[in-house]
Amino acid sequence: MLSNLELSLYVFMLATFVGLEVIRKVSPLLHTPLMSLTNAISAISVVGAILITGAQGATTLSKVLGFIAITSAVTNIVSGFLITDRMLKMFKRREEKK
Amino acid sequence: MPHLVHYIYIVSAALFILSLKWMNSPATARRGVFAGETGMLLAVTGTLVGQHVFNWQWVFAAFLIGTAIGIPIAYIMPMTAVPQRTALSHACGALAAALVGTAEYYRETPHGFTMVALVIETLLGFLTFTGSLMAMGKLQEVLPQRPITYRNQNLVNLLLFGIAAALGVRLMVVPTDTWIFPIFAGLALVFGVLLIIPIGGADMPTVIALLNSYAGLSACAMGFALDNKLLVIAGALDGSSGLILSIIMCKAMNRSFTNVLFGAFGQLQVAAGKTEQRPVRSASAEEAAAILDAASSVIIVPGYGLAVAQAQHKIRELSDNLTRRGVEVKFAIHPVAGRMPGHMNVLLAEADVPYDKLVEMDEINSEFAQCDVALVIGANDVTNPAARSDKGSPIYGMPILDVDRARTVMVIKRSMSPGFAGIDNELYYMEKTLMLFGDAKAFVSDIVKELPARVAA
Repeated sequence: MLSNLELSLYVFMLATFVGLEVIRKVSPLLHTPLMSLTNAISAISVVGAILITGAQGATTLSKVLGFIAITSAVTNIVSGFLITDRMLKMFKRREEKK
Repeated sequence: MPHLVHYIYIVSAALFILSLKWMNSPATARRGVFAGETGMLLAVTGTLVGQHVFNWQWVFAAFLIGTAIGIPIAYIMPMTAVPQRTALSHACGALAAALVGTAEYYRETPHGFTMVALVIETLLGFLTFTGSLMAMGKLQEVLPQRPITYRNQNLVNLLLFGIAAALGVRLMVVPTDTWIFPIFAGLALVFGVLLIIPIGGADMPTVIALLNSYAGLSACAMGFALDNKLLVIAGALDGSSGLILSIIMCKAMNRSFTNVLFGAFGQLQVAAGKTEQRPVRSASAEEAAAILDAASSVIIVPGYGLAVAQAQHKIRELSDNLTRRGVEVKFAIHPVAGRMPGHMNVLLAEADVPYDKLVEMDEINSEFAQCDVALVIGANDVTNPAARSDKGSPIYGMPILDVDRARTVMVIKRSMSPGFAGIDNELYYMEKTLMLFGDAKAFVSDIVKELPARVAA
């Protein structure tokens, strides 16, 4: 059996290659929305922040740090997804124009 | 129940990958955002329901505040300020990772590999936090655009980083030395500031992409520390995206990472040769309108100066007007036009320029030779032929738009002052170049005004 560490390293290695392949195909036209989208996605760190804040018997320090962490991550999630969509709505082809 | 959460995380991870995959074309991109949102919603709901979460009031208060801050940011932020917002969100993401790492450290003082991951997470998190705030300050022009340098800067930075890294290693070996942690965190914060202040405004696209990568990697390290594969995957995706974008930006400026980070490019160059007064040909809006009207193909070359002058909508009017007259109009987009990767495309899309008219550098360069007029607005260094021919030039080797190969070149510019690189542009002194001096917005609207008059006549 693989240890958790080895499994995580495998996952990391595969995810990096998938990331490199997928991102390479993104048109330069959309690099700005791409960056705000990956930003929102990496704010999945909110999961870690929830687990720290919501741990049974969390100390006040944990709760305060976790609280700030959740707030910043949620700000990123909300503003990241919404602004990406706002930008993408602006990209229109010629025939779609009124 | 706890097992169900892990399956939900797998679905979320798949949705995140699909989300990025659908970004490859504007036709599917909005579906990509939807996939990302769904993945995020699943993961967060799964965590709240499936894991044993206590202290609900803290968690929900943070959710409410985060949402209340996030929504206005997304809707009020003007498109010219998107680079600043991006830098801010790198700072927020990195801060979240750093604080979770700190809390985790004081909670159970982990050891072994978890501690290694935790040290990397907090180091990257804290330095990206302050570094991104500095980048944001430079983009917002609260801080000076020019590099801030002092003697032995690289040595000081290296020394500081060395001490931080040594303390980090010490923490990995003896995690119980809790007094080291605050010093370690403080040094990481200071290093973030020192890393960014010597970098000039022109390099911001690369720096933003690089900070994007760091923020992703710190989230990824958090995944290792908490043994959560979803975090590892999302962080790795973000990290690789930032890496690719920064490589593209470096290539577009013909620079290396080391040069961007330690080169202090864009300082006022005293040695760059005195700009003696050489004759240039200038023209009025009326003459420019006549030339454009007579052309059958026009390539517009926008630079960030266009956005500074808020001329995006005027240039779209001009482009529409010329298209109606049967002139073929295209926009040539250099990868570093704008303040972050792809920024110019967003600015023009906002002004309703159809995206099939926006052509990348590699595709459009062969078309300049066949085009009647190249109209340069607010771009400078990326059109300088010295990058191709003059080995002594600081920008030699940088890929440029071959504007000088067009039959006629028109350049809208406020004055003859040089661009970011601080060097003179040969293009302006060429026989076929017409300089149109004035504010970009006012000049373009004058050209548009001259056009219909000619039709009526």
